[in-house]
Amino acid sequence: MLTLHELDKVYRTGTFGTSDLHAVRQVSLDVRRGEVVSLIGESGSGKSTIGKMVLHLLSSTGGTITFDGRDVTKLGFRARRDYYRKVQGVFQDPFSSFNPIYKVDRTFETLRRSYFPRVASGEWREKLDGALAAVTLEPDDILGKYPHQLSGGQLQRLLIARALLLDIELLVADEIISMLDASTRIDVLNLLGELKGRGLGILFVTHDLSLGNYVSDRVVILYKGRVVERGDTTAVFDDPLHPYTRDLLASVPHLDRTWEEVEAEEAERTRRLAGRCLYHEDITAQGRSLGDEAESVDGVPNGLGLVEHAPGHFVGCFRKAAEEDCPAGPAVKP
Amino acid sequence: MALAVNDLKVWYRTLRGDVKALDGVTFEVADGEIMGIAGESGCGKTTLGKALIRLDTRMKHVGGTVVLDDDELPLADDAAMRRYRYREVSLIPQYAMSAMNPTRKIGRMIRDLLAAHNVRYAEVLPELERRLKLVGLETDVLKRYPIELSGGMKQRVVLVLSTLLNPSLLIGDEVTSALDVSSQKAVARALVEFRDHGFVKSMIVITHDISVLFQVADTILVMYAGHLAEKAPAKTIINAPLHPYTKMLIGALPKVGDRYEEQQLEGIEGRPPSLLEPPAGCRFRDRCPLVHDKCAEAPPFREVAEGHHVACWAVS
Repeated sequence: MLTLHELDKVYRTGTFGTSDLHAVRQVSLDVRRGEVVSLIGESGSGKSTIGKMVLHLLSSTGGTITFDGRDVTKLGFRARRDYYRKVQGVFQDPFSSFNPIYKVDRTFETLRRSYFPRVASGEWREKLDGALAAVTLEPDDILGKYPHQLSGGQLQRLLIARALLLDIELLVADEIISMLDASTRIDVLNLLGELKGRGLGILFVTHDLSLGNYVSDRVVILYKGRVVERGDTTAVFDDPLHPYTRDLLASVPHLDRTWEEVEAEEAERTRRLAGRCLYHEDITAQGRSLGDEAESVDGVPNGLGLVEHAPGHFVGCFRKAAEEDCPAGPAVKP
Repeated sequence: MALAVNDLKVWYRTLRGDVKALDGVTFEVADGEIMGIAGESGCGKTTLGKALIRLDTRMKHVGGTVVLDDDELPLADDAAMRRYRYREVSLIPQYAMSAMNPTRKIGRMIRDLLAAHNVRYAEVLPELERRLKLVGLETDVLKRYPIELSGGMKQRVVLVLSTLLNPSLLIGDEVTSALDVSSQKAVARALVEFRDHGFVKSMIVITHDISVLFQVADTILVMYAGHLAEKAPAKTIINAPLHPYTKMLIGALPKVGDRYEEQQLEGIEGRPPSLLEPPAGCRFRDRCPLVHDKCAEAPPFREVAEGHHVACWAVS
């Protein structure tokens, strides 16, 4: 349904836009109907930038974003309006998504004015109640209240309800639960799971691996704007291959194992993979030469290079930065 | 016993009445113990941390005592407390790393801070440099501006700086939050190391992230709406909690490996009560599945096994 192909984003920084910041490099991924895809990465990995480009809040520098076969990277005002009927986003801070001066109802009213001007009040109310029921909120508890009277979890679910009013097909959820308390967090996550069951595609942007793991079908691990590993959630979490993914998983605070125990397991895997680069091994095994894939773009290895190591489990070159040698040694260096 | 808090009550004065943010808490922290405090937003965990060092103008010490190393802290007396601050009790407030003066180099900032406590910078400089190296920082961070450091580096500078005079108690409020997982691990590790080296005698680590506490804390104290719910060794809180609130809270946390399709976790229905006019009795009773008549009376925070305290009538 949604396909990103070699997507690039370069931010101009510096006083007069004198220097460039390559935030997203050659990212390719897809989201299908009824599927949650998690974009996981630390700060500065470009995960939010990708979410914003999909939502058309930022323009892309290169590559394409295709939604149902149509390129949506350059949409005009009117076309964008139609696009937003199908694709909506929910963001991190629910309190800043609402205007504190107005009651929460206004959020729905503005939506009605721009998208459903001909819908009668009674019918609208029915639709609204339906959307609220879908996110397990009681209309009487919610409508007519100000944002400060509701909890973060309720507000976040309200924003999802607002998106549902539009019969959307894709939801971009950018860190939507990081500001919520542990006890309400899980409700929002379960809601995403339920929406997925109804055929919605969800692009779930997060830095929290345990949350990403809970709802998602596939995960994409980003490092410095490039995809280093992607695949089925269980495949990536049970057998992380790229050194960055392994570091990341070893740093997550677990509830059932201490860091020391996790590190002991990880040391075993590191020993097994030491001095190897699965990307180069697979490329050589396929009899392909190291051409464009091995090139680097200003200091970071090109994001193009991913090989399918196991069915549905893709991994990139094990170098983290271009100046670093690939662990597989000089024989496979570009 | 490094710290003994007895029936401490700290309320916030507002126009609509007193908000009973901390309403009679009693606990002890042993020498060398790292105690974690967990709870949802508004449960009083930050108020507890702040109360041990400085009451701001809105906060009112209503009752109870705090004894640190056999010395009662004069909580309500702002001037008298000055003798204890930084030297005996040190606090890393929330967002400390973002509160560094952007116009001062790190070294200059530390010098100013020490001068305010009548300590000469040159005297502690060797120790400062030693500790920076210990947490994995180069000594030339002292010549840098805060903007040049990453979040994890700044948080480690804050940790070194706040424990420079070897306080008896360090309170860290959300020190690992808002950091990437790898920096989070480095900061959490540094906390444990500082305790092991004896730079601080005991520690209170306040966070909403229970999985971090499981990694660093010896004991975990769970708070709910201004009251204590449960205190036990970290492993016990995670694996065998007794209070229904703790059980539900732990149950709502997905472990790495839990999947929505296989096992659906449940959140906790409802919201904590308003602390402006909190209901009498157990404050969790509106959300509790085990509620019965007895809960109209506040349950005592009593020891049910060695080192395991619970405030619930349903726990025998």
